[in-house]
Amino acid sequence: MTGDSHSQLSERQKAYWRKNIGLIRNLLIVWALVSYVAAIILAKPLSTVQFFGLPLSFWFAQQGSILVFICLIFIYAVRMDTLDEKYDFQEVRLKDRNKGVST
Amino acid sequence: MSLEALTLVIILITFAIYIYIGWWAKVKDTKSFYVAGNEIPAVANGAAIAADWMSGASFISMAGLISFLGYDGTIYLMGWTGGYVLLTLLLAPYLRKYGKYTVPDFIGDRYYSNGARAVAAIATVFISLTYVAGQMRGVGIVFSRYLQVDIVVGVLIGMGIVAFFAILGGMKGITWTQVVQYTVLIVAYLITAIAISFMLTGIPIPQVALTFTDIAQRLSNLQVELGLKEYLAPFQNLSAINVFAVTLALMLGTAGLPHVIIRFYTVKTVRAARWSGAWALVFIALLYTTAPALGVFAKYNLIQSLNNKPVEEVMQVDWVSKWTQTGLLKLEDKNGDGKLQFTSDKDTNEVTIDRDIIVLSTPEVAKLSPFVVALVAAGGLAAALSTAAGLLLAMSSAVSHDIYYRILKPEANEQQRLKAARIMIFLAVLIAGWFGVHPPGFVGEVVAFAFGLAAASLFPAILLGIFDQRMNRQGAIWGILTGLIFTFVMILLMRSPQIFGTAKPVIDSFLGINAQGIGVVGAILNFIVSYVVSRATEAPPEEIQQLVEDIRIPKGVGQAASH
Repeated sequence: MTGDSHSQLSERQKAYWRKNIGLIRNLLIVWALVSYVAAIILAKPLSTVQFFGLPLSFWFAQQGSILVFICLIFIYAVRMDTLDEKYDFQEVRLKDRNKGVST
Repeated sequence: MSLEALTLVIILITFAIYIYIGWWAKVKDTKSFYVAGNEIPAVANGAAIAADWMSGASFISMAGLISFLGYDGTIYLMGWTGGYVLLTLLLAPYLRKYGKYTVPDFIGDRYYSNGARAVAAIATVFISLTYVAGQMRGVGIVFSRYLQVDIVVGVLIGMGIVAFFAILGGMKGITWTQVVQYTVLIVAYLITAIAISFMLTGIPIPQVALTFTDIAQRLSNLQVELGLKEYLAPFQNLSAINVFAVTLALMLGTAGLPHVIIRFYTVKTVRAARWSGAWALVFIALLYTTAPALGVFAKYNLIQSLNNKPVEEVMQVDWVSKWTQTGLLKLEDKNGDGKLQFTSDKDTNEVTIDRDIIVLSTPEVAKLSPFVVALVAAGGLAAALSTAAGLLLAMSSAVSHDIYYRILKPEANEQQRLKAARIMIFLAVLIAGWFGVHPPGFVGEVVAFAFGLAAASLFPAILLGIFDQRMNRQGAIWGILTGLIFTFVMILLMRSPQIFGTAKPVIDSFLGINAQGIGVVGAILNFIVSYVVSRATEAPPEEIQQLVEDIRIPKGVGQAASH
């Protein structure tokens, strides 16, 4: 994102930030697909597709998109936990604390 | 015990809990007052965000509003939940890493300018003020509806309660009362929805009943038969471009609302900020996926029980006679055939339903015990009070922290700052109460103003502050001003009948986008102006560029972290 010559960040920090940006981009693509594409742009064609008792686009508009939003934030929180651990940016040592092992 | 006595008892019990928490949480330093000492666990913060977020209107009016809008009600459902994805992925973790007290704090420091700080503080105060006026009114309305007290008395009682726990306990008191308030409101809402879902479909889970039975289809067919709009078809009430724009404006506005953003400062770590966002959306979605189901059930039931039924027979039903007395349900046999007809034409339609009745009447329609009716009253109050408290803190901290301490009197000591914070929140309660008693013309336009302005001013400035290292003071200030002024003027012009009392709106729409969606255009203008101006002026100073890098990466306790 920055391409800045004065950057003070280490390679490890840059790699972490790149992974973070990539994850955000992927999740926001899904976010736009379920809300703006499925429930608004394709609202008319998808309302002829039946999803159990409802037209598919209606289900996305009033139920499905919200459920997907929840999944997106949980995926983000879990994936970032993994990244924090992998790149050693945990603010609190989760594993050690959970196991009750001291460093 | 009569229903009124029962309602009074339940409301008094909840109020006693809120007051006790305020007393228990009393704080002695500004860090506890503004951000609860960063000690709130992520799940509790999630519940507090949900209560902060869901106002009296979400609780009482939203299901009804959606049942009138049909498919197009998605603007509120997606708009007010999808914003949390943006907030949690794009803003919250970095603001937590930055770690100060308010939104203007971040904007002022990031853009190394007290001018930017002042503009952000004014935007924060204005956004929160429009919003809080409606909340205080809501408290008064719940009191008058359930306990037959005057609206003014209701507003005064609400002010007293909020003032007590907010002044004593600051953010800490507000947070823990919000956790309790969330519990009260969600229990009341779900019991009601589960009961009517079971009564009409035999399935107790409203979301499942809506998706897997044909009840929505039956409602849609019924509406078509009566000449009303097809419930399940898109764009019957709003054009496609407006559904798109309003949904996006509400999402961007959600992510830019100061009273929600400051809640992310109250947790310990960046990780906890991410998880608060996740829990917040779970708690919010519990109500937001239930509301459309409740709307369908209640509307179907209303039409079934009233359409083509003899007036005298209908008036025998308890809930019908009760709600016609309040004026929320109007039955007039206009053609004199002794029966009631729903039609789409104002002159022949014989049943007029206020949208609030969808939630308010459902406990009685579903024959729930008076205890649940009383709980719904307490839930409505909890929703309005919790949102009011969060807004009051956001607007008073913008004045006491950003304007008083950071701009006017940087030498103020801890004691003076805490005193200023308490005085400001007290003044904010008085102002909110005054607007609750004398609602100004713009109170009905809260959604357009608060969300439009947050989307067009604060959201782009914070986002660019994190993701565009090259963004500088000039770009941000010009961008915020452009977004703010454009959106503000557009809403005034489009809503001139409600605000200035003109016969017709000065302009109907901008490129087909209405007042609720105009914040999107304001936000786009903000982004463009910020980009162009920042590239034409010098880069921000070295230490600001380092600040931007610093907020992007959590601190870390590992050995490799010390670089």
